[in-house]
Amino acid sequence: MATTDIHIHHDTHHDDHAHEHHEGNFWTNYIFSQDHKVIAKQFLITGIFWALIGGVLSVIFRIQLGFPDADLSWLKPVLGGWINVDAVTQKGSLDPEFYLALVTMHGTIMVFFVLTAGLSGTFSNFLIPLQIGARDMASGFMNMLSYWFFFLASVLMFISLFLETGPAGGGWTIYPPLSALPQAISGSGMGMTLWLISMALFIVSQLLGGVNYITTVINMRTRGMSFTRMPLTIWSFFFTAIIGLLSFPVLFAAALLLIFDRSFGTSFYLSDIFIGGEALAHEGGSPILFQHLFWFLGHPEVYIVLLPALGISSEIIATNSRKPIFGYKAMIGSMLFIAILSFVVWAHHMFVTGMNPFLGSVFMLLTLIIAVPSAVKIFNYVTTLWKGNIRFTSGMLFSIGMVSFFLTGGITGIFLGNAAIDIQLHDTYFVVAHFHLVMGSASFFGMLAGIYHWFPKMFGRMMDERLGAVHFWLSFVGVYMVFFPMHYIGIAGFPRRYYSFTNFQTFDGWADLNTFVSVAAIFTLGAQFIFLFNFFYSMFRGRQASANPWFSNTLEWTTPPLPGHGNWPGEIPSVYRWPYDYSKPGAADDFIPQNIPYSETPESNLPHENELIKLETSNGEGAIIIEGKH
Amino acid sequence: MNSLIIVISVALILGILYMIFRVGTLVSIAKGRKKETRVEPDNSIHAVLFVVFMIVSLVGFFWYSYANFDRYHLPIASEHGVRTDGLFWITMTVTVIAFVLISIVMFVFVYKYQYQEGKRAKFYPDNHYLELTWTIVPAIVLTILIITGLRAWNDITSPASESAEVIEVIGQQFAWTARYPGKDNQLGAYDYKLIDAINEFGLDLGRDKNTYDDFKSLELHLPVNKEILLKIRAKDVLHSVFLPHFRVKMDAVPGMPTQFKFKATKTTEQMRTETGNPNFNYELACTEICGRGHFSMKMNVIVEDEESYNRWKASQESWLKQNPDYLDKVPAELKEAAMIKAGLQEATGSVAAVQE
Repeated sequence: MATTDIHIHHDTHHDDHAHEHHEGNFWTNYIFSQDHKVIAKQFLITGIFWALIGGVLSVIFRIQLGFPDADLSWLKPVLGGWINVDAVTQKGSLDPEFYLALVTMHGTIMVFFVLTAGLSGTFSNFLIPLQIGARDMASGFMNMLSYWFFFLASVLMFISLFLETGPAGGGWTIYPPLSALPQAISGSGMGMTLWLISMALFIVSQLLGGVNYITTVINMRTRGMSFTRMPLTIWSFFFTAIIGLLSFPVLFAAALLLIFDRSFGTSFYLSDIFIGGEALAHEGGSPILFQHLFWFLGHPEVYIVLLPALGISSEIIATNSRKPIFGYKAMIGSMLFIAILSFVVWAHHMFVTGMNPFLGSVFMLLTLIIAVPSAVKIFNYVTTLWKGNIRFTSGMLFSIGMVSFFLTGGITGIFLGNAAIDIQLHDTYFVVAHFHLVMGSASFFGMLAGIYHWFPKMFGRMMDERLGAVHFWLSFVGVYMVFFPMHYIGIAGFPRRYYSFTNFQTFDGWADLNTFVSVAAIFTLGAQFIFLFNFFYSMFRGRQASANPWFSNTLEWTTPPLPGHGNWPGEIPSVYRWPYDYSKPGAADDFIPQNIPYSETPESNLPHENELIKLETSNGEGAIIIEGKH
Repeated sequence: MNSLIIVISVALILGILYMIFRVGTLVSIAKGRKKETRVEPDNSIHAVLFVVFMIVSLVGFFWYSYANFDRYHLPIASEHGVRTDGLFWITMTVTVIAFVLISIVMFVFVYKYQYQEGKRAKFYPDNHYLELTWTIVPAIVLTILIITGLRAWNDITSPASESAEVIEVIGQQFAWTARYPGKDNQLGAYDYKLIDAINEFGLDLGRDKNTYDDFKSLELHLPVNKEILLKIRAKDVLHSVFLPHFRVKMDAVPGMPTQFKFKATKTTEQMRTETGNPNFNYELACTEICGRGHFSMKMNVIVEDEESYNRWKASQESWLKQNPDYLDKVPAELKEAAMIKAGLQEATGSVAAVQE
């Protein structure tokens, strides 16, 4: 449906003056850089570092869960006192509190440090200026700060792993009173304190970044780049930043109140507690308050994690199918609805917390509504593939994998969003399977797809496609082998965050499947080293890339193979069309980049596009631009 | 010595893999790449692999789900459990149909529309009718699921009847305890500040007569076919009461008592017959992370016919009887009544009535 927007176009880009020649030194060019591309790579490398740690943590606790009778004393050199060696049998096993700390840190690291900072931080930073046609972000200084706050947060979180009392151990959701009382679990001592400070710094980093992304997208698009000519990647980063800006402060508030309860004697979350032989003085607070505040961020957070991956996949699937993304406006609309709805569904994480059942009804209704735009997106991806001419680059493989995980994981969300069904499934492995597929693996694959696809533009070289293909297939099959069995275990009621399953006859029949999952997890982590090798090797010895190796339409591919500071050596290109003119009937080639005027492609113009040729001859100043379809 | 061998072997294998990679790269450089093709020569392998994956995974999914049904499907032992499980399987049917269809379509498209030199894709940017259809149809399907779910949820969470059997379950690090109301069918009041090593419930003996006959149990005994109202609380951190066979789950929150009503429909004996396991026991598990012993907070649950249940109840000693020192907490004028109510003393005609 065409909407008509008439406005006077003023040439608003005055970037050429802003970037005079300034040489800088090693420190300002590579460490405290304000160039969005350098900052993006800083986020990427840090994100990869954290992904490795998060993955290793999960393998350690999976070893305990999958091989409960095995002797783990061989881990003592690494884990020291966290391996308890039984005096009689000499069998080493993981300390149960440390097991919970591993689970906690795995979740925290993966959700926040890898899939929020590592994903949004990398691609929003790298792609926004390049794809909208800007020299850099609105504020390079804020952007730099956003990375270094993230770095500081990372240092603190990393230190917490090595504390004698252990890192935070209350689950990544850190519900009080467990997270408020050091006497309840040792990780709630200094480990939790560092977690809170680290997250406070992390939130500052996210807010600094988010403000920048939003401002840049609104203000610094090049001539002709209207909102409806922006690639879907930018739309997704834009919505993600808005969601983040609105929701992260609430986590900050939740964390602040928790700090008060822990250190300053307040009772926001605490009441009627008898622990360690004494009745605590706290009265009047409620743990449910924390849960509401946490999940008010927590739910939008999962969309912060997911939307960039969806945007990246849209772009990569369109490029590699040689077809426009199907339903461009519907894709924007569905992301908008997901963004809005994400704020009103948080308490579906709280159906069995004892909150008023009426709230359960309300949130159930809203939660099942959010499934609709998600379904629309999947249908649009599949229709994009229909009658395409599909090229299986590594980026494309991971994008297809992302769609598969999103579908499988999204389906199980329908069960969990239904409060009556959730009674049995809440806090079981069914939930673990759900979020690892729909959020964890989908976003991780989106991130990998983005890395493979934009590596040539980041480093001027190509990654090895065969290694990429092997990495994909091992990871794709591996991820399903890890998480699909968990559905069955969850339906059978097996609870989350359990150190072992042998204490209950109800749960002790799953030894074989648990072992299988652990083996698959180790195998899948191993497969990631193929990627690590490919990534670092190709950075230095990869085949030299051309400017546009994927024959893509978006603006970043009009820069030189390795864009320098300021991105385009000359004028920033103007944009004349949307980014999805692939395989246009009549066109010379199967793609037409955004910066090619309609006057140069008379053979493939649709009728209304021929009308727009008239506007191209003006010098841009004072031209009346009528935006119809694209 | 062993670790040295392992390290050297690993290094050797990695070295070999690296060699293979380098040789492969050099060979493809030597062969030269045709500038005309924009696609890798082995592009079609992936199309085939996706189809293979689709077939293997779908077949595997159906076979495993069918063959192992009895492993993951716990027999249902409650009234509302039949309803929620019904909702589960209806949702499963609807979602699996959608899942299978979409998966097949996607992977078939991936195979069918793989790159072919000289071929042009179809420029098909949108279709509003399609978009509307696949927005409205899922919306309708989900609305139906919501409505049926809401009705079940409202019934499950509605207030219990007056005649429900009230039992309190208390969670703490790392065990569950149950408190029964005794003959007066009223659970006595409690105050967490009164908790100590003996008075684990924090029974407010000084202020509530109903506490006198409450008794403790480390096993949860339940009558079959009678509505039960579980009153749930926690002493230290969040815990959660999970009765898997009964499809019961409710968090135990320090400072905020919660509850869950349900009706058990199968006795332990009946389940032992049904599962063919003479050692079968219902169990209560904790499902909210609560510290190092989270995985071992088990409470056995015994469901018996009403007669056996009443006999069991009658045979239990009140907490006060087991801890007579705490009579000191009872106001002097009520001591005699307390002793009678707690079963420490037989009622005589001359003593004022105990019932209050």
